[in-house]
Amino acid sequence: MINGKRVLIIVPAWNEAGSIRDVVQEIRGELPGTDVLVVDDGSDDDTSAIARQAGAIVTRLPYNLGVGGAMRLGYKYARDKGYDAAVQVDADGQHDPRYVPKLIDGLDEASLVIGARFAGEGDYHVRGPRRWSMIMLAFVLSRMAGCALTDTTSGFRACDRALIEFFARWYPVEYLGDTVEVLIRVIRLGHRVSQIPVAMRQRFAGVPSKSPIKALIYLGRAFLVLMLALSRR
Amino acid sequence: MRLTVLTAVIAVLLLALIFELLRRRQLREKYAVLWMIVGLIVLPLGFFPRLLDSLAKAVDVKSGVSLVLFLGFMFLLVVCIHLSWEASRLEAETRTLAEEVALIRTQLSEREPAK
Repeated sequence: MINGKRVLIIVPAWNEAGSIRDVVQEIRGELPGTDVLVVDDGSDDDTSAIARQAGAIVTRLPYNLGVGGAMRLGYKYARDKGYDAAVQVDADGQHDPRYVPKLIDGLDEASLVIGARFAGEGDYHVRGPRRWSMIMLAFVLSRMAGCALTDTTSGFRACDRALIEFFARWYPVEYLGDTVEVLIRVIRLGHRVSQIPVAMRQRFAGVPSKSPIKALIYLGRAFLVLMLALSRR
Repeated sequence: MRLTVLTAVIAVLLLALIFELLRRRQLREKYAVLWMIVGLIVLPLGFFPRLLDSLAKAVDVKSGVSLVLFLGFMFLLVVCIHLSWEASRLEAETRTLAEEVALIRTQLSEREPAK
């Protein structure tokens, strides 16, 4: 229980055997009394077994669906088990579970609370096309939401019971759909969205991509996703 | 003349292929109807390629054969779009199934604690 709410931590994981044990153990250590659900998104490695050993509830997709598929499954579980709030935490260790109570507190005011970089805390920097895409997304979505949203692609987010039920039915699986499109839809449905500044950490395992071409492609896709999502009523 | 023989033979073979697939229940009915209609349009055109000349003249296309080529291309394009749409729908359906299977397996394992 956090702030009187039954909270489920949903960790989508695809081939994260290298970091999943530390992530699960840290969450369980920092947040006693919450349940951790690891959604194994069709991993080829031992992600499921390690997560189960570490004390998480594990559900395993028969093949890889992408973050959106894993998250919809997580929300379905949360809906069926009657949780009051769900928090998405990435399996690579970037998200510090000590911010989770702050996110949950934010749910008193909003239905969806994003743990955001670039909001004062931490020293995460990006440059080039990747930065332009983030500025573009932040500008459009902040205007829609009526409050500052500096990190619209952050996967560190908490939502309340109403949105758990909505996400269990509808959660896009396309690239950026699980972050940007979800935000647009939620705002359009009249839910309040807010953000809490967080510091993101180095990943426990794996490396982020630094290729400028990839960053440019990312910008194009972000623009496309944004335009498509805005054109949907 | 020899061109007409070629197109006629191909039209007959096409219709035979469609009919055989239908007979073996290899095509769902919704597609079957479509392809039967296609076959029935192609057959007379195969025997009389000049059949569309008057229609071609009406829309200022030089020959009926060009018109057939154009319409055929358009038709194939629409069929491709339709197949992409079907594939997307099927993916959405299998996604839902995958999620439900995972959910059911997890609920099962929760009922009977690990030995």
